Amino acid sequence: MGVIADNLDLWRDALLGTLILFLAGGALALVLGTIVGAMRVSPVPIARGVGAFYVGTVRNTPLTLVFFAFSFALPPLLGLRLTDGVSLALGVCALGVYTATYVAETIRSGVNTVPVGQAEAARALGLTFGQVMSLVVLPQAFRSVIPPMMSVLIALLKNTTVAAGFSIMNLGSVRSYLSERGENAFVVILWVMAVFVALVLLLSWAQRSLENRWRVAR
Amino acid sequence: MSSVLYDVPGPRAVLRHRVLGVVTVLVVLAIVAFLVWRLAATGQFAAQKWEAFTYTSVWAQVGLAMLRTLAAFAAAAVGALVLGFVLALGRMSAHAWIRWPATVVIEVLRAIPVLVLMFLLYYGLPVVGIRMEPYWAVVIALVAYNGSVLAEVVRAGVESLPRGQSEAGYALGLRKTGVMRLILLPQAVRAMMPVIIAQLVVTLKDTALGYIITYQELLWYAKYLGTQSSIGSPIIPATIVVGAIYIGLCLLLSLVATLVERRLRRSGRVAAVAAAAQPTQEVTDTELLATQRTGSPDR
Repeated sequence: MGVIADNLDLWRDALLGTLILFLAGGALALVLGTIVGAMRVSPVPIARGVGAFYVGTVRNTPLTLVFFAFSFALPPLLGLRLTDGVSLALGVCALGVYTATYVAETIRSGVNTVPVGQAEAARALGLTFGQVMSLVVLPQAFRSVIPPMMSVLIALLKNTTVAAGFSIMNLGSVRSYLSERGENAFVVILWVMAVFVALVLLLSWAQRSLENRWRVAR
Repeated sequence: MSSVLYDVPGPRAVLRHRVLGVVTVLVVLAIVAFLVWRLAATGQFAAQKWEAFTYTSVWAQVGLAMLRTLAAFAAAAVGALVLGFVLALGRMSAHAWIRWPATVVIEVLRAIPVLVLMFLLYYGLPVVGIRMEPYWAVVIALVAYNGSVLAEVVRAGVESLPRGQSEAGYALGLRKTGVMRLILLPQAVRAMMPVIIAQLVVTLKDTALGYIITYQELLWYAKYLGTQSSIGSPIIPATIVVGAIYIGLCLLLSLVATLVERRLRRSGRVAAVAAAAQPTQEVTDTELLATQRTGSPDR
């Protein structure tokens, strides 16, 4: 326990860094992913094409490469001075841009699980587009999107560690800081693993309980 | 084509769609124009920035780095497939003393970020006297993580098969091994092939994590080249070139997955299993009976 008790300040900063990356990256991914997902199911062919291109390209790009581009190629391009805050913001953008593709795919497949007959029946009843969406299609799509969306968020939480390679403080970079203070790297990494297993188990538990509560009876 | 979201458009909707299409094009053009303007403004189109890529030796190094990426991928893919089958068989074992350890190993390995696993192998283990090359740290971490994910994929494949398959096997007098080896696994692997290849794409993407633990793969070389001030620190050209190579490799592998999926969909038997494997669509007993009678579900 000494590794943690003696270095509480570092562990607090690291956990904070991970949480910021997770929450801000997740928020960005959800917003961007919803836009791209909406483009992919939209009636406008050009929007569908742009969405498909974005998802197809970024999904086939390693996250490390996305981080690399945001941390090394973008600052000289935009003339940014690298401070801690700027690095963190760039890291959040990298995670958001990468995870958005998974969010978009989840939303698209969630919308596709709603049987066409549901919307046709709603339209036959004379509901308007807004009513069809808000009363019939989206409530059903939302329920089937939640469990896979939690999987995307769990993957995002694990992916925040990649920021450690790009000098952004988070749980993944605790080891290098604590090695400088002469702590045992092996023990430190085992603790980091334990934290991640605990966090992931927590999220999977939330996922299971949401899944049970919101299962679509069909 | 009918969709859940919208009806066949009328004249006003067609007009609206055209306007939205134009807006999309304008937004995309604005982003591209902004990037090109920044590239031009910071002198990235100058010949000097790209000079490095006129040397044969640089391309030879890029080739070597790519080979190192592919070497890590090949070893990790083979290892992950083997580990995946071993863990899947362990998790489906009838003996609790095999099933429980396998379950715990799968769950824990899936919860640990791959990069932290690499850190443990590369920075943690030397403390207890085990040293290894970055290559092995990358390969072992990728095998452990992707193996545990593939184990769950194989298990999902086996469990998606109709129960009649194994019952028929037992009725023929096969033992547990025979039922698994001759009846369940071949069907499960065929049904799950697209998912398995998609996981191999993830493995290929994750070899890039090796850059962080100083494995000298493509990204490491891009960083090395981009910090050489004698050739004008071409970090942006290096990122573009290496990025194109990475995306190209992953797209090739993804293409294989799509082709396999398309082939499987054409042959009806596996399509029925794959449809049953969709987690969001639970098969009712009636549908299952219909599947067993006709060979393809009626939907």
